[in-house]
Order: sequence, then C-alpha cells, then structure tokens
Amino acid sequence: MSRAASRGRTPWPLGVPAVLGALLLVLPLAGVLVRAPWRGLSDIVRTPAVLDALLLSLYSATLATGISIALGVPLAYVLARSTVPGLRLLRALVTLPLVLPPVVGGVALLLVMGRNGLVGQYLDAWFGITLPFTTNAVVLAETFVAMPFLVVAVEGAFRSADQGYDEAAATLGAGRLTVFWRVSLPLIRPALVAGSVLCWARALGEFGATVTFAGNLPGVTQTMPLAVYLQMETDPDAALALSLVLLAVSVTVLFALRGRWVNAAGAA
Amino acid sequence: MSGSDARLRFDGTVRRGSFELGVAFSVGPGEVLGVLGPNGAGKSTLLRAIAGLEELSAGTIEIGDHVWQGPDAFLASERRRAGVVFQDYRLFPHLDVRDNVAFAARSGGAGRVASRALATEWLARLGLGALAGRRPHQLSGGQAQRVALARALARDPEVLLLDEPMAALDAGARIDVRTFLREHLAEFGGPVVLVTHDPLEAMVLADRLLVIEGGRLVQEGPPAEVAQRPASPYVAHLMGLNLWAGVLDPSDGSVELDEGGRLSVATRSPGGRVLVSLRPSAITVHTEWPEHTSTRNVWEGTIADMELLADRVRLQVRGVPSALVDVTPGAVSELALDVGGRVWLSAKATEAVAYPDGSRSPAEERN
Repeated sequence: MSRAASRGRTPWPLGVPAVLGALLLVLPLAGVLVRAPWRGLSDIVRTPAVLDALLLSLYSATLATGISIALGVPLAYVLARSTVPGLRLLRALVTLPLVLPPVVGGVALLLVMGRNGLVGQYLDAWFGITLPFTTNAVVLAETFVAMPFLVVAVEGAFRSADQGYDEAAATLGAGRLTVFWRVSLPLIRPALVAGSVLCWARALGEFGATVTFAGNLPGVTQTMPLAVYLQMETDPDAALALSLVLLAVSVTVLFALRGRWVNAAGAA
Repeated sequence: MSGSDARLRFDGTVRRGSFELGVAFSVGPGEVLGVLGPNGAGKSTLLRAIAGLEELSAGTIEIGDHVWQGPDAFLASERRRAGVVFQDYRLFPHLDVRDNVAFAARSGGAGRVASRALATEWLARLGLGALAGRRPHQLSGGQAQRVALARALARDPEVLLLDEPMAALDAGARIDVRTFLREHLAEFGGPVVLVTHDPLEAMVLADRLLVIEGGRLVQEGPPAEVAQRPASPYVAHLMGLNLWAGVLDPSDGSVELDEGGRLSVATRSPGGRVLVSLRPSAITVHTEWPEHTSTRNVWEGTIADMELLADRVRLQVRGVPSALVDVTPGAVSELALDVGGRVWLSAKATEAVAYPDGSRSPAEERN
C-alpha cells in the first residue's frame, strides 16, 4: 500500500458512522429510483392531475423567483451597502424564514393576508382581493419561504464586491442608479444566478407554508409536493413518478450550481 | 485634445480619525503637478478629495469658476469632470476594453453605437485599437494602464488625476508607460495631478512637485530644485542625497551641524539655520588620512553597511557626521573596503550646498 493511501485511512470509529450516514442520505433516493414505475412513467406524467400539479409548480415557482429577484435584489443591496441604523436587526428578520418551520410561515401569512387578517381585510374591502386558497397564495407562500435564499446569496456578493469599481464609475459620470445597473449588478451576476436557482428550487419544493396558506385544491393550489403527499394514499405510482420528477430537478440544480455558478461566485 | 484652460485650486482639509490632511495649492492648465510623499502621507486622500470620492472637512476646491466643493456646496463625483486613473486601474471586468472606454459616454446618455464609435476613436488616438475587443483580464499591466488613461480621457475631463500610475508595473513596462504618459499628458490641455512615491516618475513627468508628509506640505517647487535642495530627510533619502541641518557661520562659510561635525560649504546664505545637501558620489573615500588634499572637509568614520547598486557601491559611514558615500566596485576591492573598516572621507566645499531651512513644520505655523 502506498504511503499516501495509508495516511488517508480512516479509523473505524469514524468510518462506520460515516458509511451509515451516507447510506441514510442516499438509500431512500436509490429506493425511489428502484421502485419507480419506469415503464408507465410517461403515461402517468401525462394524466391531468399530475400534469396540472407539474405546470402549477413550474408556474408558481418561476413567478415566486421573479418576485424574489425584483424585490430581493434591492433589499440585498440595501442590507449590504446602506448605513441606516437598525440594519442588523432587519437582516436577522429578513433571513428568519430560512430557519422558520414553513408551516409557521403559512400560519403567519394566513393571519396577515387572510380575509380577516391585518392586511388582508383591507385588500378585501378596498380592492376585492382575497388571497388565501388561490394560486396567488401559492406564489406568495413560496416567495416568503424562498426569497431569503436569494437575499442571502446576493447580499454576500454585494458586500464582498470591490466598491472601487463603483467609485470608478462615479468618476466617469455615472449616477448612483446607473452605477447599480451597469456596474454593481453585472459584477455580482454569478451570485445572482446561483441565488435565483436556489430560490427557484426551494420554491418548487415548498410544502408547509403552501398547504397552510393556500390549501390543496387540484389545479389551483395543488403543487407537486402536495400532489405527491396526497397521491401516496390513493395512487402510489403517481406519487413515485412525481417524486422522480422533483428528484431529477434537484439533481440538475445541484450539478448546475456545483459545476459553474457556485464556483464562479466563490471566485468572484 | 481635451482638458480645460482653467486653473485647479485646492485649499482644504480632510480629517479621518486622528489623521488630518491640510494643504493648499493650485495647478495651471497644461501643468503636471507631481505629488510626492511617503505611504500614509495623504497623497491618495488628496486625489480622492479632488475627484469627489472623499468630502473635505473644510475648504474649497475650484476649477476655473466652477466650485467643486465650497463652504456650502459639494458637487458629487459623477458631476465633476475629473478623469481618474486609479492605481489598480479598476477597469470593469465585465466589459471589454472598448466598452470600458465607452462607459463615460454611455453614462452621459449617448447611445451604444455613438459611444462605441467615440471609444474606438480614443483607442486609435492612443494606439490601443488592437486591444478593443479584449477583456481586462487579458491585458498586461502596461496595457491596462494605458486603457485606464484612455477611459479617463474619454470622460472629457477638466482635470486629470493619476494615482501612482506605475506602482503596479514591472521595470520594463514602466519605461514604456512613462514614455506613453509623458506624450499624452502633454497633449491634455488641463491641469494634471500625479501622485507618486517614485522620484524618477515625478522628475520625468511633473512640471512642479509638491511634497507631502503626514498630511502637511513640506516642499513645493520645480523638480530640479527639489532634487538639489531637499527640505526634509524623506526627500533627501528619495533623491539619494545626504542632508544635514545646522547653523551657518557666514564669516567662514562653515556649518555647525546639529548631529555634530562641521562642514565648509558653498553658499550665499546670510547665516542662521540651514540645510546642507551633499551627493554621495561627491564624497571621496580614503583608507588613511589624506595628506595631499586641498579639500577642507575631511573626517573620519566607520563603514556600517555596504549595498551594491546598479553600477556602484553605496557605503553607510558612521562618523561625525554620518554619511552615504558612493564608490565604484573597483574602488571597493582596491581599497579593501569592508563593513567595520575605518575610513576617512573628504568632500569639496563647492559640492556641499547650503540653503535656508524652510522646513520648520508647517503644522506649527498653522497652529
């Protein structure tokens, strides 16, 4: 045995739990692959119930990501660059949904945005808008849960970006907004892409907040994770097929992030 | 070319923590002012204040009759027409060379096509056309430096500010860029402020020098004068000169040095506090008392250190006074000079230049 190999040998009290840990993470996924109804897969995915959930998931996750970018990037910029007092507290609050159980987020959304909620009652009275149990509620719940992922990634990038470029742009006659659009934002693009992908993946898998705030109406609020959960009772094959789709998306996202964006963001 | 025919006037202070920069000067159109000083002297702060990246605590910055900063006015950086070449260039990494140079025009509201055409023109004028499609990371240091100048000039600035333009370059590129800068700074018609700590750069490029130490103006004058009559040990060291302070006795033209010893000098000063400068190469080394010399300045010392420079050996001789002495490598072996050896130094009175000591700390005068 070569010297390098013997030095790399792991003592068994560490090796055994390591193997068990890896099995614990990998085995269930392998199970999905083994038990998946490969032969009937294309038929199952094309059934209306499954297709509805799939399309609704793609629609709402993409919209939630769009909203997260539109609101989250400016928020990240303010958190990173502003000198207004109280930002530390705001930063902590904004990232709270990262660790908050999503179902609690759903309850909170219901309390605020529900028909009798703090904000919801006025939306209803003034604009005739009711959010709960609509597709918009799905989007809102997903945004609530997923936006912090984007904010954290982008804020870190804004914070560590070399502000010398912003200064150079200012000496070249660019106003603050021009500097943001033409220098600050392009410079953090790798982090923005990575953050958006993470955000989208998180939104796609959202369950707790969605089911609490938006309910589980097929075709309206029943996204893929909800459909998986429900189909397990009635049609396990459909549940497996949907799980497989979600797994494939996750693996793709993981490889995309590992391969290019995360490394690029790290190097930038 | 561009630039303004207005004079840049600076009279202000910048306070940052316990550090305070306080200087006053002006630069005429077409004039290159070299700002020399050790690290932390406040040179870059001065440049940033002119560019509007740093606000004065008090004072004014004016170009012609435009007030860039005054008692109740602060013009934002993007509204001052100050072209800045940063020490680290700061070319935008996500844009190619042409778009970097086109940036100012684009920010000014010009269209993409018009801006690029303008940028192409500037690149051609500076002989950089071949680099137009490259990204900054594909440029050598010298190329990046030139592109940075092109970008600053394309801003159509009233004032050009250069921060240590050659600090990050290797020796070969330095010579090229120096030639390049000399040519194009001369074409630029407005005031130029060039910050540097490289005396050669300052000598070659600047029409006038400003020496700053610890945020204070120490000396101001044409490069040749600063080189011959350094007003502080820092400048003397920079210029590679011996500098001693002392009191001139006008009756016999000799100076009683503060650190001990007495030197006969050439001077027309009426007496009083003076600085005496002496080139290291103007001092002769002997290994025994030089009996057959007509020079009046002969003193004894011990070699404390030896350093091989390009074509000569610099000795640090400890004595009364201590001195830097340059000799040829041949002389070192001929005279068997070595650290710890005892030597006698001689220098002609005509080589020792004495001039009034005007360097009494400006801080004291202000307060």
